[in-house]
Amino acid sequence: MTSTYDDVFLQEAEELLGGLEEALMELEDRPGDLELVARVFRAMHTIKGSGAMFGFDDVSAFTHEVETVFDRVRQGEVPVNRALVDISLAAKDHIRGLIQGTANPEDGAPLLARLREAVGNDAPAPAGDADDVPAETATSGERATYRIRFRPAPDLFARGTDPVLLVDELAQLGPSRVVAQTRDLPSLDALDPEACYVYWDVVLTTDRGENAIRDVFIFVEDECDLTVQVIDRDGVFDNDAEYKRLGDILVERGDITEDDLQTAISAQKRVGELLVDQGLVTPEQVSSALAEQATVRENRKARASAGESTSVRVSAEKLDKMVDLVGELVIAQARLGEMAGRRQDPELLTIAEELDRLTSELRDSTLDARMLPIGTTFSRFRRLVRDLSGELGREVVLETEGADTELDKTVIERLNDPLVHLIRNAIDHGIEPPDEREAAGKPRQGIVRLAAVHSGAHVIVQISDDGRGLDAAAIKAKGVERGLLSPDAEPSEKELFNLIFAAGFSTAKNVSSVSGRGVGMDVVRRSIETLRGTVDLSSEPGRGSTVTIKLPLTLAIIEGLLVEVGGDRYVMPLSLVEECIELSRREAELARGRRLTPVRGELVPYLRLREWFHATGERPELEQIVIARVDDDRMGFVVDRVIGQHQTVIKSLGKVYQGVEGLSGATILGDGAVALILDLPRLAQNAVDGSERRREAARPGPAPGEVGADQPGPFDVGAGQRDAGTAPF
Amino acid sequence: MSRTILTVDDSASIRQVLGFTLRGAGYEVVSAVDGREALAKADAQQVDLVITDLNMPNLDGIGLIRELRGRPQYRFTPMLMLTTESQASKKQEGKAAGATGWIIKPFKPDQLLAVIKKVLR
Repeated sequence: MTSTYDDVFLQEAEELLGGLEEALMELEDRPGDLELVARVFRAMHTIKGSGAMFGFDDVSAFTHEVETVFDRVRQGEVPVNRALVDISLAAKDHIRGLIQGTANPEDGAPLLARLREAVGNDAPAPAGDADDVPAETATSGERATYRIRFRPAPDLFARGTDPVLLVDELAQLGPSRVVAQTRDLPSLDALDPEACYVYWDVVLTTDRGENAIRDVFIFVEDECDLTVQVIDRDGVFDNDAEYKRLGDILVERGDITEDDLQTAISAQKRVGELLVDQGLVTPEQVSSALAEQATVRENRKARASAGESTSVRVSAEKLDKMVDLVGELVIAQARLGEMAGRRQDPELLTIAEELDRLTSELRDSTLDARMLPIGTTFSRFRRLVRDLSGELGREVVLETEGADTELDKTVIERLNDPLVHLIRNAIDHGIEPPDEREAAGKPRQGIVRLAAVHSGAHVIVQISDDGRGLDAAAIKAKGVERGLLSPDAEPSEKELFNLIFAAGFSTAKNVSSVSGRGVGMDVVRRSIETLRGTVDLSSEPGRGSTVTIKLPLTLAIIEGLLVEVGGDRYVMPLSLVEECIELSRREAELARGRRLTPVRGELVPYLRLREWFHATGERPELEQIVIARVDDDRMGFVVDRVIGQHQTVIKSLGKVYQGVEGLSGATILGDGAVALILDLPRLAQNAVDGSERRREAARPGPAPGEVGADQPGPFDVGAGQRDAGTAPF
Repeated sequence: MSRTILTVDDSASIRQVLGFTLRGAGYEVVSAVDGREALAKADAQQVDLVITDLNMPNLDGIGLIRELRGRPQYRFTPMLMLTTESQASKKQEGKAAGATGWIIKPFKPDQLLAVIKKVLR
């Protein structure tokens, strides 16, 4: 296409130059003929314009200069004389030469000099205003919010301008709010339909900068009132999320004066005054309440500023990155430690030990930095409780305990939804309506209590209520109905309550808008299990229920005990480990199949990990039992060898292994091998369940579950040693 | 319904570029070589936008705009001046005559279209 354009241009230029020459020749004969001058001027003007369009910049530039000189002739400032015509013709030849590529651009300057001389001065042409092109402006990059008022002149329609198009264009620069102000619209009989009475207030957030905004109005800027003010920048951190008050904004915009504002405010009646007027309270009650308000406000402010001065806000991403890095550091340090041990180089060993100590400390500090008090979560629930009570027609108050208990930031975030659900349940199903409570001899107001406390390497969060408690019979009935229980089963209380966590289970007779849809509790349990925690229910009919959530303090790194079983290495959470004792083969045999070992007068049952993991190979002569505390009881885990303490960076096993029980992750050891991290409570539970099932199967008569399994399992304690009716855990 | 744009320029090459660009963007184009022809065409058919050069024989751009503004059907029609001049005086003169805005020559096709979007729906 360009070649066609070029051809057209070249042809046109040729014609124009021809016409230019003619006109110049005639001008020589009739120097006063202004029409000829105009023709000359137009020809040059066109060549200049088209030249620029088609890339003949030198032509355009040169012609511009000639045109400028001739403009003076056109204005009548300079007469036409022979010298001028001569030089003009020469200039014309030069132009043609430039177009055809035969001329030397350097020849242009002397020609121009001569031309200017001929018209009596050599002042350079006045430069045109440079920057009126509605061009792209550089973006300032920083996002800012602008307050823009666009008040067009009333007659702007007469110039074919549509102000709405301009406002639309503005709105394309970023998210915006537009309000058309119509207060200046007169009544219909006084209205001139061809005048514009409307102006627009726009609040725009954009990173394109103020120039881009002003460019929108470039055609009308002389005839309109345009104010552009920055009212907020992304780069400024204002701890006060509250922006200016309405009155202040209106004063800043010039819509009202400061005086008007003050008059209006003082005319306003305060709530206290209104109440006193209506005789509902005495002035003294109001003063006292105001004093309370002032005191607490001051206290809070003092606390906030005290906190502020000693704390720094850090983005969550930065902290996460730090934790990742610390994790990698721990792994690398473990490898170094391993190598130092192998090389037996004393200097290296010293450094490795130092590094071990430092990484431990760094790990603890970093994880601690992510800890937040759970109190903020708790206080948010006050509002929830209030709203729910109103909605469900109960009277409930929220009590909290242990608000300054700290948890990992992520844990707190992920705990939010489950807690909300549990609170809803407590209020909806637990707490009875006030009349019912009164009839039962309870206070009309029910209590929901949230408590958090540290316990070893865990945090215990409890939600309890003083409502009607869990109805075991109803749960059992529902369980049978849903096919989760066989009709003549006699589940323990614990098993019954566990049913509540099954998907699709809900005993609520009325599905309220708040809960009862039966999708809640299983999700709650799963959420908590994702946090590697446990959740349990307990209840006393008529007195209330309690949900106990146990969570590990950190998700990322733990102190572990490295053990070996059948040639593979595993990690146990050191926080659960109490002691390690030896188990000789003789001792084990002496126990005659019962997996119990005496520890300072107490019999502790144990689980053989060799059997659990189906390890091959010869059992060592001397084994170790790692005694751990699992759910308030002690339990032993038999391993081949206890290797030692190990800082364990927990890596997730991945989706494929989600269904495997007894493992809570894996870690990479110093030599690059992978060690699985054992979930001791789960292992224990499974072992117990397994042995109970076997016991059930061994009993005469029909029984649910497997039949015919009469081999002693890894955790069989033998008949008679324990009462089969009550589970040890 | 597509809009019709009247392009006025005594340079054939400019008219060609304008026509190509505008038709490519979906507009209908009517062209004229000078102000006089433009007036005749504008009277014969209602156009939605006028883009006119300033320096033309018989009736120049500013004269054309002034004339058109006098016609009731073109009182509120957007009109753009095509100008190589960056001089403020020409723009003022144009505005006084009733021009809506301007496009500076040389222009790139998307610059042209962007300006048109400011004034024409």
